[in-house]
Amino acid sequence: MNYKIVIRVVSKFLIPYMLLFALYVQWHGDFGPGGGFQAGVIFAAGFILYGIVFGVGNLRDVVPAWVTRTLLAGGVLLYAGVGVAGMLMGGSFLNYSVLAATPTGGQHLGILLVELGVGVTVAAAMITIFATFSSRER
Amino acid sequence: MIFQHLPILQILIPLLAAPLALLLRTPLLSWALALVASWASLAVSVALLLRVLAEGVVVYELGDWAAPWGIEYRIDALNGFVLIIISLIGAIVVPYAKRSVEAEVQDRRIYLFYTMLLLCMSGLLGITITGDAFNLFVFLEVSSLSTYVLISLGRDRRALIAAYRYLIVGTIGATFYIIGVGLLYMSTGSLNIGDLARLVPALADNRTVQAGMAFLTLGLSIKAAVFPLHLWLPNAYTYAPSAVTVFLAATATKVAVYALIRVVFTIFGGVDLFEAFGVHTTLMMMAIVAMFVGSIVAVYQGNIKRMLAYSSIAQIGYIILGLSFDSVTGVTAGIVHLFNHALTKGGLFMAMGCIALVAGSVRLDDMAGLGKRMPVTMAAFVAGGLSLIGVPLTVGFVSKWYLIKAALEQGSMLIAMLIVLSSLIAVAYVWRVVEVAYFRDPPDGDTAVREAPVSMLVPMLILVGASVYFGIDASTTLDIAGAAAAALMGVGG
Repeated sequence: MNYKIVIRVVSKFLIPYMLLFALYVQWHGDFGPGGGFQAGVIFAAGFILYGIVFGVGNLRDVVPAWVTRTLLAGGVLLYAGVGVAGMLMGGSFLNYSVLAATPTGGQHLGILLVELGVGVTVAAAMITIFATFSSRER
Repeated sequence: MIFQHLPILQILIPLLAAPLALLLRTPLLSWALALVASWASLAVSVALLLRVLAEGVVVYELGDWAAPWGIEYRIDALNGFVLIIISLIGAIVVPYAKRSVEAEVQDRRIYLFYTMLLLCMSGLLGITITGDAFNLFVFLEVSSLSTYVLISLGRDRRALIAAYRYLIVGTIGATFYIIGVGLLYMSTGSLNIGDLARLVPALADNRTVQAGMAFLTLGLSIKAAVFPLHLWLPNAYTYAPSAVTVFLAATATKVAVYALIRVVFTIFGGVDLFEAFGVHTTLMMMAIVAMFVGSIVAVYQGNIKRMLAYSSIAQIGYIILGLSFDSVTGVTAGIVHLFNHALTKGGLFMAMGCIALVAGSVRLDDMAGLGKRMPVTMAAFVAGGLSLIGVPLTVGFVSKWYLIKAALEQGSMLIAMLIVLSSLIAVAYVWRVVEVAYFRDPPDGDTAVREAPVSMLVPMLILVGASVYFGIDASTTLDIAGAAAAALMGVGG
């Protein structure tokens, strides 16, 4: 347990910052470089680092299969849900302008939610792929 | 209000049902959801086609961003017809799949099966409905990735290898397609198919555009399993679960052929491709070789699913042959054969699924006496086989009649003879099965009738029945295919 102590300590130290950076990339995506896909990958990288250093068993204790599975589907549903909301509020599918009082506000809200959906699904997919390949889990 | 959103609902229904099926996790509920989604999808595509036939082209702008900057869905007679093929087969496969999948896929993976089937369906519908070349690529990936998973769910361990092989080849195909789109975008600045069709003729001498065309054609030919790029197909069809084989054989390659038609006749419609690059003769040669090689190899297969897979390669040859005539009759023959072959092959593979379920094997040696033990299934197989051969009163005859008509129009007696000759080879491989099933006694002398469950027999009989019905009264399908071909050639000239 004592060997590779440097890696264990450093990764414990790094993981919170990785997750924080992912959230920055996620929420800042509509003003600068970034967005849901990149954020999702960075977010998942935090979990994958944890899985590599502390074992897939521990990773699955943190995010059980049912959590990733729900998030996988949830992200897609959020994305499509925003599109459907646009339809119900009088626009075409994925028309964000109708989502809020002003078109600009609607576009902000729409892209934020859609990118959140992308981020959630991508993060869950990356964690699932890692966990599946590195264990005999089915 | 709902009518205005029909084009997006076509994609949205299966696309939303897929994650829901993942969340439900119980075989029965996922199946029920898939059933509802696939029938709703069929209703939408019927409504869409009726609207197209009544009012002309239907356009839907995603997010209200106008084309060519935004993505638009654009439905005309051609893709309206292909949408019907996909959703019709989907709606018939799902009820069929229930028992077949219970027997062939592990219980804890059944919900994944329906999730992937729904995703595959939305991917294929998306390829067909979209008017944007890049969006087409995205849907191509959605359908391809889910197809790999579906194939790998097969009971046989070789299914994994087949799926992996298809993954490699399919990815090359998709990559070629996207390289082609990139080259066209670089030279024209547009991704919209209609817009590209307008911009490309002026740039026809541009090497970048020509290379783009080569990449697009090659990439889609791989996905369509056009000879000699078909090597992924036989194993994939043989080892996939029966219901998957039915769905893929009837839709996946057809959709790739549809995309190929779009590239050749719409994007490059204004360029005289067939004259300028000799695409005409290349495609025709490939098609004729495919008709013969596919049929001859089929004759020597011991596994009947595999035999039908090789026969599919020959049938794709017929479709490509029709297109290569570059005439309204020829293209009509190609388009109508998309539909006709989907019905025929779908019905035949469903018969294989029934045999796999009841007899446990689809090898020719194990089929002795099946004519007595499974009379309904084998009767359906014979009817489907007759349609493969192209016997009058079946859809196969309609297609071949139009092909021969197109060949004679161009004064090519030779090609007309070759079409007939290759059909005779189909007699050989269909007869092998008939002989073993009807004229040989079952090995253990057991002639008790044991049929597949009704939920599988009825979908099979619907498809086989349709392949007879549309063979007797082909006016509906021929009218739509003719209108689609005329529209394509009118633009293309």
